[in-house]
Amino acid sequence: MSISETANPRGSVADRLRDALPKLVLSPTVAIVAIFVYGFILFTLYLSFTDSRILPTFGLVGFENYDKLFRLRAWDTAVSNLVIFGVLYIAICCVLGLLLAILLDQRIRAEGFIRTIYLYPMALSFIVTGVAWKWFLDPGIGIEAVVQGWGWTDFKFNWIKDREMAIYTIVIAAVWQTSGFVMAMFLAGLRGIDSEMMKAAQIDGASTFALYRRIIIPQLRPAFMSAFVVLAHMAIKSYDLVIALTGGGPGTSTELPATFMYSYTFTRNQMGIGAASAVIMLMTIAAIIVPYLWSELREKK
Amino acid sequence: MGFLDIKKATKSYGSLQVLHETDISVEEGEFLVLVGPSGCGKSTLLNMIAGLEDITSGEIAIRGRSMNGVKPADRNIAMVFQSYALYPNMTVAGNISFGMEMHGIPKPERQKRIDQVADLLQISHLLDRKPGQLSGGQRQRVAMGRALVREPDVFLFDEPLSNLDAKLRVDMRTEIKKLHQKLGTTIVYVTHDQIEALTLSTRIAVMYGGYVQQLGTPKEIYDNPANMFVAGFMGSPSMNLFPAKVVSLDGRPAAEIALADGKSAAVPFAGETLASSVGRDIVLGIRPEAITDKDGADRNSNAVHMVEAPVEVTEPAGSDTFVVSQIGGKDVTGRFRADVNVRAGDVFPFAFNMEKAVAFDPQTENRIA
Amino acid sequence: MVTVTSSRSFSPGRFVLYALLALFCIYYLLPLYVMLVNSLKPLSEITAGGMMALPKDWTLAPWLSAWSSAQVGVEATGLKPYFLNSIIMVVPAVALSTLVGALNGYVLTKWTFRGATIVFGLLLFGCFIPFQMVLIPMARMLGLMGLAGSVTGLIFVHFVYGIGFSTLYFRNYYAAFPTELVRAAQIDGAGFFRIFWRILLPSSGPIAVVCIIWQFTNIWNDFLFGASFSDFSSQPMTVALNNLVQSSTGVKEYNVHFAGAIMAALPTLLVYIVAGRYFVRGLMAGSVKG
Ligand SMILES: Nc1ncnc2c1ncn2[C@@H]1O[C@H](COP(=O)(O)OP(=O)(O)O)[C@@H](O)[C@H]1O
Ligand SMILES: [Mg+2]
Repeated sequence: MSISETANPRGSVADRLRDALPKLVLSPTVAIVAIFVYGFILFTLYLSFTDSRILPTFGLVGFENYDKLFRLRAWDTAVSNLVIFGVLYIAICCVLGLLLAILLDQRIRAEGFIRTIYLYPMALSFIVTGVAWKWFLDPGIGIEAVVQGWGWTDFKFNWIKDREMAIYTIVIAAVWQTSGFVMAMFLAGLRGIDSEMMKAAQIDGASTFALYRRIIIPQLRPAFMSAFVVLAHMAIKSYDLVIALTGGGPGTSTELPATFMYSYTFTRNQMGIGAASAVIMLMTIAAIIVPYLWSELREKK
Repeated sequence: MGFLDIKKATKSYGSLQVLHETDISVEEGEFLVLVGPSGCGKSTLLNMIAGLEDITSGEIAIRGRSMNGVKPADRNIAMVFQSYALYPNMTVAGNISFGMEMHGIPKPERQKRIDQVADLLQISHLLDRKPGQLSGGQRQRVAMGRALVREPDVFLFDEPLSNLDAKLRVDMRTEIKKLHQKLGTTIVYVTHDQIEALTLSTRIAVMYGGYVQQLGTPKEIYDNPANMFVAGFMGSPSMNLFPAKVVSLDGRPAAEIALADGKSAAVPFAGETLASSVGRDIVLGIRPEAITDKDGADRNSNAVHMVEAPVEVTEPAGSDTFVVSQIGGKDVTGRFRADVNVRAGDVFPFAFNMEKAVAFDPQTENRIA
Repeated sequence: MVTVTSSRSFSPGRFVLYALLALFCIYYLLPLYVMLVNSLKPLSEITAGGMMALPKDWTLAPWLSAWSSAQVGVEATGLKPYFLNSIIMVVPAVALSTLVGALNGYVLTKWTFRGATIVFGLLLFGCFIPFQMVLIPMARMLGLMGLAGSVTGLIFVHFVYGIGFSTLYFRNYYAAFPTELVRAAQIDGAGFFRIFWRILLPSSGPIAVVCIIWQFTNIWNDFLFGASFSDFSSQPMTVALNNLVQSSTGVKEYNVHFAGAIMAALPTLLVYIVAGRYFVRGLMAGSVKG
């Protein structure tokens, strides 16, 4: 065995390098995150207080952009659309996901196959989903035309062209894409429940319904939490689907904060207002994510 | 100066001190066992010897050379882990040779040593298997092979047997002992099992709460525990500990004990150590095998004293019968021959071999006689 | 399709259960069916109200058109160049972010230091920020780096914002990897990188698959970065598909749109079908432990 005969091995450069190696390996990531996440957040935050228009400029204007933003009709629309969309999207995905998970948990034949079918939309791009549903819901050639062709000539389904209803088509397509994923999360939760306890509950005489309502679903709390966090953050970030499905229209009836930010920043040359809207989005997401991450990382200790 | 010296070593995690100042000197060829309940700092100390944990203060030296700051790989030690820590992606042979490969030992030499070790541990037929295809006992052997092949100065074992079932554990214990006798290497061995400690070691360090409570040969530890913790922890069934009072009987010190029927008895001590402590409250410690029926008492002892005490429970255990009585409010167990006719409720003569009795201070819990 | 088999072997409850499951299968498969059948029929059949019907006149023309001759934006190149852009973008971005994530996970679990949890928390939060927050400075940064409007620029962006998730995956995986193995290897004389290559990496197959699938899917499917940071020559597939569908000139060739949509979906769909089991597991282990 070779034993280096250095009197004070701590001191040597090679050894100090060896001790610092793990941190050295991590440091590019730390630098990248510091610049491209937190540095950029600060930059955008700063821009939201400037009079930037086409390009970033650095004349400070205080809260003027926020002031303008909150008085814009378009931002109002975007926010109320987000509330409608977010609430429906999260609620329907959770209900549908839980229902499907429970259905699939009944020792189903071909469970793996069915699960694959429920889940595959998750692998698709929102643009693809948007294209498919755009034409499927189009009154000219889609479901309305088809049903009319089958003989129900007064069948109407033109939500996608209807200012009042178009936002719900976004919900439909988004639920189609994500509900299978929520199903998978709940299914994992169901599978994690101690089977001996379920046996005990059955011996206690619990009906299937009571078993789920009283014993199982309450234990899915962590899965609900995760699903909520994931869905909420996806809802707030929703951009692609709107662009592909409705383009924000008819008019501005399906604009969401994400599309609002993009169009104000890059096509309407109101970068200051765009930055302000991005900051609001970040704060909304942070309000949901930070407590969640906090509790997750705490637990792991 | 010994072969492996632990000098004033301490370990803290932040403000939490998990190992208090520890001094142990191990001679070449010794088998030192660190024993204590879970969480007492045994693994921490072992990892400090291995160099897997930094030393907060103090020094650890092997062959007189300070190991502070020396990489684990350069300490010429080998370690066997509780989970065996076999590399799952390598074969048995690969596992055994990995360390040699890292130290640049040429292939033919590696092969030779693998074969020797495999032969010694009877695992030659397993060399091409992956760890996942081995039984617990086989994995244990491979883990030992990986350590042996290094021909280290010091072997470190961290609870190597605790993942084996009871039968295999006893077999492997014997085998480790044989291996030690055959190879004569220095071993530091961690366990929470006091029987393992007593059977394997040449010396034992009993640890508790981050302190070494006592360091000594198995016999010293067993016969003369330094304090009530060591007395209670080592030995099975454990030493009887019950309150007593030092009195003077015919000018000699004796222990006055309170029996369950309200009477009390005075039992003279074998020595004179407590002559000056008359009137003092003590905790008397006496092992079950030193409380017997009259005919079962040790004939070589000059200090067997009879005490008539009410029997509370009898527990026949095949070769012996354990007889329980209440003394000073504690259950006290004696070890009677199996054919003694004793029943619960009897008042029966118990033979106390006071040569084997020890006394503790009830406050400090340290031994005073 | 609901096959009305004799329900004698089934209890009525089971029958309802299977009927429901089948119904949902239809719901999830319907858009795929619509895309597929309509990409194989002439435009006239679609405009005549036959969207749900099988093609009367089977044709591959929409596929050929979508691939090589359809009008995308201003040029009639078909989707082919953009498909290639996406491939060129996705492969290095996935490889880089996975490798860096693996190393990070290794450091964060086996060589922890004071503050490691905070570093990880900050990294994780970066996964969830709305990317609208970084669009403006990133556009400038890419300009400064000379990567504006290039595929290289997109690779860089996806690499940067992919690190968080791949670190998360590997960290969670390596956290369950026995530390005693690392210690044994240390005693055997292996150093930081050697332990990684010889001990951890050979056991990282499952999580690497999960991470690669996740990154591949996300980067391939990305639209926001593609739309923000590419120009006509460097657009990825999703952006080109959107341009194809939204182009307002001429008649809307729905069949070509559907063919293009399937093309854009095919790589991720294939990956999902081939390695679906890992994908599911990955989704679970991702942001979310159920
Ligand atoms: N990394 C650590 N940080 C804080 N405390 C630790 C750490 N590792 C061990 N400890 C604490 O040190 C004490 C001794 O642990 P250990 O040496 O593993 O005990 P054992 O005697 O069971 O092997 C325990 O109380 C444990 O909680
Ligand atoms: Mg331990």
